[in-house]
Amino acid sequence: MVTGRAGLPRGAVVTGRTGGAGPGAVTATARAVAETVTDPELPMLTLADLGVLREVSEAGGTVTVSITPTYTGCPAMDAMRDDLVHALHLAGFSDVEVRTVLQPAWSTDWISAAGRRKLTQAGIAPPRGAPQPVTGPIPLTLAPPPDPVRCPRCGSAQTRLVSYFSATACRSLHRCGACQEPFEHVKEI
Amino acid sequence: MSFDNAYEAINEGSRDEGDGHWAFGTGFADPLTGVDTTVPADVDAADLAVYCLMLGDDALVMSHRLQQWCTNAPELEDEVALANIALDLLGQARLLLARAAAADSPGPGPGGPGPGGEDGYAFFRAEHDFRNVRLAELERGDFGELIARLLVFATWRLALLQRLAASRDPVLAAVAAKGVKEVTYHRDYAAQWLIRLGDGTTFSRERAQAGLETIWPYVAELFTPHEVERRMAACGAGVDPAGVRGEFDDVLARVLPAATLEIPDVVPRAGVAGRTGRHGVHTEAMGYLLAELQSVARAYPGATW
Repeated sequence: MVTGRAGLPRGAVVTGRTGGAGPGAVTATARAVAETVTDPELPMLTLADLGVLREVSEAGGTVTVSITPTYTGCPAMDAMRDDLVHALHLAGFSDVEVRTVLQPAWSTDWISAAGRRKLTQAGIAPPRGAPQPVTGPIPLTLAPPPDPVRCPRCGSAQTRLVSYFSATACRSLHRCGACQEPFEHVKEI
Repeated sequence: MSFDNAYEAINEGSRDEGDGHWAFGTGFADPLTGVDTTVPADVDAADLAVYCLMLGDDALVMSHRLQQWCTNAPELEDEVALANIALDLLGQARLLLARAAAADSPGPGPGGPGPGGEDGYAFFRAEHDFRNVRLAELERGDFGELIARLLVFATWRLALLQRLAASRDPVLAAVAAKGVKEVTYHRDYAAQWLIRLGDGTTFSRERAQAGLETIWPYVAELFTPHEVERRMAACGAGVDPAGVRGEFDDVLARVLPAATLEIPDVVPRAGVAGRTGRHGVHTEAMGYLLAELQSVARAYPGATW
């Protein structure tokens, strides 16, 4: 499959493009639908919370959605594309194109405040500020950073890094020294 | 309700499109879908394609070696870490091979596949068409060898990608900028492990030093530019690897003393009449690696599931 473009499913009810609404309203409807699609790996987050949804526009009956990859190898990207096309089809948009935007590169700073709250509620420590671009060589990290990740359950700063990588590339694994619970953390990138 | 196979049962009702599929799908979308892949006017498209293959093959082949650690790592956490590093590199390889395909032959439209696309490059090229450095393909050793190799590979690649983020080719620049964020973690992971091994027990130190000795003959090759790399650097689209040696040495000069390890005193492994991985001249390990990597795609061309 080369593009996310697909035909209208049989029997679909057209609800998203009712008469009377201006083009801005159609785009707003399409955007609202696209924003409800959730991340396949972090289902508590919508694509809007995650900040991968760059732009939704509608022109001449075609809805164009621009998304940006989080990690380049993330298999969830293909699922996101499919889920977006599917959700927009169900909302009555028959002609949907999903585009990939590579620049500016996604960073965890794009995760919304609501997204951070949802992560914490799900027991995942949200990312702190992403590392800023450096002009010289990228600094090597040999020791744990001075500001430890706080435990999402008890709030303690007495945590230690167990592994840079957890169930997915975007999360690291930690253990809390206060409540002894292991927890995941969305890494800053 | 009965189904002919498990796939149908899982798929039932999950999609209303005729070509509905499940989870991560029947086949993959071109990773450059919807990206403008026009080659800048003053960049040579053929050189750009070869250059992307070099960087893409480094990632693909190193990723394959890391994948071979699945079920073989010493700890579950490291099993997961190595698989995730392999996944990052595979993602970089897909974008770079797709970029090579688009530059080689722009095709019918943006994102259109060139001859064979990324899969064609990965699965249907012969050994002498692979442009990866030989370090990436070396036979899988023990954990000490792996960590030594990963530190060298990630330190070198991070320095390249950071500079490549300023490439005149906007696609390559974007792919590199993304890769910088990923490879920073790979380098930290390897550096911290090398210190733990080197500054650990007598046995772990011995294995870490032996790992360095195994891979060090292939280090000089990383910094020896191929003519395509030179031309790409000259036009501002690529990076001359010779220029990142200083940064590489600085990083190693911080890690190795902390690990109580030393740079091995070994002679660089010669190529064949000066030709090495970038020219398509590989070690014996490469044929076996490709046989495994390509076997399914060649046995069942075009198959999906």
